[in-house]
Amino acid sequence: MTSDNRLGPHSEITLRVNGKPHTLLVDHRRVLLDLLREDLGLTGSKKGCDHGQCGACTVLADGRRVNSCLLLAVTLDGSEVTTIEGLSGDGEEPHPLQRAFLERDAFQCGYCTPGQICSAVGMLAEAAAGHPSHVTDPAEPSGRPVPLDRTEIRERLSGNLCRCGAYPRIVDAVEDVIR
Amino acid sequence: MKAFGYVRPRTVEEAAEAYAAHPGARYLAGGTNLVDLMKLGVESPAVLVDIGRLPLDTVEERPDGSLRVGATVRNSDLAAHPLVRDRYPVLSQALLAGASGQLRNAATTGGNLLQRTRCPYFQDLDKPCNKRVPGSGCAALAGVHRDHAVFGHSDRCIATHPSDMAVALAALDARVELYGTEGTRSIPVADFHRLPGEHPERDTEIRPGELITGVLLPAARAGVPSAYRKARDRASYAFALASVAVVLRVADGVVDQVGLAFGGLAHRPWRAHHAETALLGAAATPPAFEGAIDLELERAEPLRDNAFKVPLAHNLALDTLTRLAPAPSPV
Repeated sequence: MTSDNRLGPHSEITLRVNGKPHTLLVDHRRVLLDLLREDLGLTGSKKGCDHGQCGACTVLADGRRVNSCLLLAVTLDGSEVTTIEGLSGDGEEPHPLQRAFLERDAFQCGYCTPGQICSAVGMLAEAAAGHPSHVTDPAEPSGRPVPLDRTEIRERLSGNLCRCGAYPRIVDAVEDVIR
Repeated sequence: MKAFGYVRPRTVEEAAEAYAAHPGARYLAGGTNLVDLMKLGVESPAVLVDIGRLPLDTVEERPDGSLRVGATVRNSDLAAHPLVRDRYPVLSQALLAGASGQLRNAATTGGNLLQRTRCPYFQDLDKPCNKRVPGSGCAALAGVHRDHAVFGHSDRCIATHPSDMAVALAALDARVELYGTEGTRSIPVADFHRLPGEHPERDTEIRPGELITGVLLPAARAGVPSAYRKARDRASYAFALASVAVVLRVADGVVDQVGLAFGGLAHRPWRAHHAETALLGAAATPPAFEGAIDLELERAEPLRDNAFKVPLAHNLALDTLTRLAPAPSPV
């Protein structure tokens, strides 16, 4: 009747994570965050609230930033996932945002940092693709890259909490990369 | 979380069949609310029917100028869509006022309409809640209810509907398109969500197994000035204490088209019919706006701890109407 009928409690899926293919038998309850951390040993993505409220688990799925704690792995069969470990490509040079966070000292404890950086990567792509935000002037023309001032950066990163309160330097770091 | 089966149909018809074939099935799209509720134990489906990859992810203009938004169009894509931004700014603004960038990338149009209340007692299995367990009582009545309803609540339930998008859709006279075993039907968004009455466990008029396939935005409201305003406890990423969606067209200083709906005040987007009736044909001036808003808000029945929502809603509506109205021509 249907293309995929998996009425048992688990299914086999294939995922590309940071460019590397993985075929895994996953419990349907497995969320992407736990798969990354516990099955693949990629512990850069952090578990904060586990309810989509803090952003510490943010990764890129098919190029879009998402809360990996709320995505069931089985739904991602065939997807391409990029985590903080994969942002630098071959790993030789850090991603410009990673370097900017270091240079600006944009963290204290560092727990939210992988999520902040992955979120910023996704956010910059959204703005470049012309996606408006809550603070974008509605009169801004559609389809053109949205210029990002500090107000825009703060609004667009509001899904990432930092309990240490490093926000001003996080915004500094993102601004450095835009310039 | 309890173990569950998983089905990924290819078509709407297959999805409805899969749902019907599996007792305890639930449809899953973006999962931003359902997966969270499963983690909390509020939801425990036997089977998830994954509709996230159905071919319902497009926004199409129809020959009559109306817009059809597919049910699985992501909130972020809908907010950024040029036709939505240009013709229905209230909808784009409402979407962007909700959730976070990450959540909007996953959440869908249909799922946004079907999201459940964020009443803390609904989400807490240790507390009575008539919406979660019919007949168990309502802990919010005597409990913490600052965020709860001022319109249309009952002694069974005082929860609010959390969507911003639905408030804009109500003001725009949008319709929800539903597919079920008995065929396709559509109903106004403003009538889609129910008041709690005796059955707060039923959020909407959707029938068991029915699937939202899309939302229809009428051509009649395309291009009419519109805006969304939201008040919340922090500047971003919080649910509305009160919000307002306004669609307003003025000709020769007189209101000739208006849609006005409040969010954060009721179990559904609160379409302000009394205010709309008073506004239609009235002078587009702040005193007239104020009179019409008061006509609506004097019917509010605030709870012990949320009377502040009434003047808040008043000020949001007055400010938004005034900004949308053309400045009076100089004498």
